Amino acid sequence: MNQFANLVQRLGASTRTNEKLDALAAYFANANDKDKVWVIAIFSGRRPKRSVTTAQLQSWCIGLSGFPEWLFEECYQTVGDLAETIALLLPQPVQAGASHPLHYYLESLLRIGNADEALRRQFITDSWLSMDAAERFVFNKFITGGFRIGVSQKMMVNALARTVKLQPSVIAHRISGNWDPATTGFETLLSEQAIAIDYSKPYPLYLAYALEEDITALGDPREWQAEWKWDGIRGQLIKRNDQLFVWSRGEELMTEKFPEYFVLKDLLPNGIVLDGEIMPFDGSKPLPFGILQTRIGRKTVTKKQLQEAPVTFFVYDLLELDGEDYREHTLQERRQQLERIVKDIHHPVLQLSPLIQFENWEQLTSTRMGSRDMGAEGIMLKRVSSNYQVGRKRGDWWKWKIDPLVIDCVMVYAQKGHGRRSNLYTDYTFAVKDGDKLVTFTKAYSGLTDIEFAEVDAFVKKNSLEKFGPVRTVRPELVFEIAFEGIAASNRHKSGVALRFPRINRWRKDKRPDEINTLEDLKKMLELYGK
Amino acid sequence: MAQLIEFSDKGLYCRQGGFYIDPWKAVDKAVITHAHSDHARWGSRSYLCHHQCKPLLQLRLGENDYQTVEWEEPLFMNGVKVSLHPAGHMIGSSQVRVEYQGEVWVISGDYKIEDDGLSGKFEPVPCHTFITESTFGLPIYDWKPQHAIFQQIQDWVRSCTATGKTPVLLAYSLGKAQRLLQCLPEVASTIYVHGAIWNTQEVLVKAGWALPDVRPVTPELSKDAFAGAVVLAPPGTDSSPWIKRFPEPSIGVCSGWMQVRGHVRRSNVDAGFVLSDHADWKGLLQAIKATGAQKVFVTHGFQSALSRYLTETGIEAAEVKTEYGDEQETEAQV
Repeated sequence: MNQFANLVQRLGASTRTNEKLDALAAYFANANDKDKVWVIAIFSGRRPKRSVTTAQLQSWCIGLSGFPEWLFEECYQTVGDLAETIALLLPQPVQAGASHPLHYYLESLLRIGNADEALRRQFITDSWLSMDAAERFVFNKFITGGFRIGVSQKMMVNALARTVKLQPSVIAHRISGNWDPATTGFETLLSEQAIAIDYSKPYPLYLAYALEEDITALGDPREWQAEWKWDGIRGQLIKRNDQLFVWSRGEELMTEKFPEYFVLKDLLPNGIVLDGEIMPFDGSKPLPFGILQTRIGRKTVTKKQLQEAPVTFFVYDLLELDGEDYREHTLQERRQQLERIVKDIHHPVLQLSPLIQFENWEQLTSTRMGSRDMGAEGIMLKRVSSNYQVGRKRGDWWKWKIDPLVIDCVMVYAQKGHGRRSNLYTDYTFAVKDGDKLVTFTKAYSGLTDIEFAEVDAFVKKNSLEKFGPVRTVRPELVFEIAFEGIAASNRHKSGVALRFPRINRWRKDKRPDEINTLEDLKKMLELYGK
Repeated sequence: MAQLIEFSDKGLYCRQGGFYIDPWKAVDKAVITHAHSDHARWGSRSYLCHHQCKPLLQLRLGENDYQTVEWEEPLFMNGVKVSLHPAGHMIGSSQVRVEYQGEVWVISGDYKIEDDGLSGKFEPVPCHTFITESTFGLPIYDWKPQHAIFQQIQDWVRSCTATGKTPVLLAYSLGKAQRLLQCLPEVASTIYVHGAIWNTQEVLVKAGWALPDVRPVTPELSKDAFAGAVVLAPPGTDSSPWIKRFPEPSIGVCSGWMQVRGHVRRSNVDAGFVLSDHADWKGLLQAIKATGAQKVFVTHGFQSALSRYLTETGIEAAEVKTEYGDEQETEAQV
């Protein structure tokens, strides 16, 4: 356990990707095989099922430490992480350096899943008392989840690739799918079906920069192709050797998460790679992104989720055809082939992302105003003569997003943040005017710089009126402009509206609290954009 | 009758003795616990402090009317007996004991229990009423002994040097920097310090303190000069162009706040060392109990948590709002 705790410590301390890679590779080179299998499992989203609740952890920690519950809460609000709070509050270990290897704890956690509470409590407290603070922290994290040390599955795979001398994509492929870390050996996991050719290998994506100049700077409109900018998950669909693969933008293999696409395994020709958007779509219009979020975090997708959050693939580019790398062809040529293929297949799960017809920039500018009605977040501009490039490049692809909706409001509540914002007031609730009252309508957590956050934090500490648990009511003096992407009616909120993706656009130091927007203004926006 | 010490808008005030303790506005007579900027402010007509504190006040506040005393050397002001007692926070830091007609109040200033080798050993002073700081007044703050942290710092400096990086330690120029100096000669060929620390060093050496040799970081130094060396600088310098002169700087921060991972991550530094000049939770409780005080006022930090905990354990306690506790911010702007 010590070895793994050290790894987490090193990963947490390093700010550079290469240092993290080194730390992981060193771990893989030295750890025992059973532990390695578990580390692969943990960093690929295969944490053992929760056998103890966070409430139990908290109450057992309080039992051991003897602190009153309110003080535990106070500490938790300051630390901003339950696993860490417990690790810091537990009494000194009975015997230092007495911990077992990593796999022992993880397998025991699985084993006690069905045991009665007394037994589970015994196991957890005994474990705590055999560990130092760093080990306790990772142990608690296994139970509470969410390591947040900036290690993606991709990074773990790259580190492993370095140690075992295999291509990262081969490893990503091998560790995808269903396997049980408790019963799978390290050798078996990596050597099984040693395929000479990696059929799943995706292409690096071409990414666009935001258009900041005036649109006319792009020159002749006839050189450009316009499409809607969809708000889904960028993905690649691959079919090679009669197998289908779905990669997400983060280069994670997500084939199993989208059973809707399975049908394409039979319909698509072999040796084809498509670039597009994994979109929530009900057959006639795109659904809000939030709907998709309800299912992508899950390892197995339920029937209910399939019904409530159906997906379609909005395809817009062709990267490989008949096993040939097609990226050097012009967009025009790629598009032609793509249209033919999609038409041949003619299946609702594969939709061609339509082109927007326009004669001049003025016309496109006004079409863009309708993005919200299309369920899009703006327009993509692609040069018809361009080839498909690697990574984020300027010049041939631009995203031209619509301006967000904005509203001026005043901060009324503040709460301490989590993770790197621990012990800082960074989570705010905002209100608009309703006559001489203030009505809260949204929270926002992002959009300020660290320096601004520090400034607001100092204001909150000096100007808080009351404390309700972790929440402080603040003198309503600071005015902010909140930007958001959409608005809908809601009966869960006092204001009657719910915003999509609200964030702080800027701090309006130039405005006084009596100059903010009103509830009436919000309701007008709901009329206009809330469907 | 008014309390012996009142909580006024200028600071802690002894009406009978006609003096303030660490006032945050200009007053006639200020008794100063220590030289940090949130406790020792500019503009008062006269200052009373420990004699070790005076040169530091001169450095920070310039020439003023300073009166100095030794620890436990009583002074009478209009019938009020005032004496200073070691607080262990930094060089020359004191608690203030105030006695009038048999009633004793002690104002802690900032303090720590562990003897750091420079600041004097914290002395519990029996009193009826104790005014305590609470910077780290939550049980999550539980310090390891200084030698253990020094060991961590030394190991880190060695590993930086071994991998061709320049270790840069961030610590308050006043207090923490001098404390850290004690563990550095063993692991570095030369100790380079930022101008702010250099100024403090000069003042202290002139005042007779035997501190390890340091050299100021000056513009003409070439990058090669820093091979095998360690650099000591105040917080905030890590985000300024100043840091760019060092080959591959690796930043380590020494502060009690480093106890929480989120804080380390937020500072975006390479290493965090939990080294504080304030008492941890156990230290606060130990100090409070040792005074035997029946009544405790809790100032800057986690006032509400500490005073509630004290009340629940049978010690009458209340929160007091002060303007202390900003030395971190002030320092960052230096």
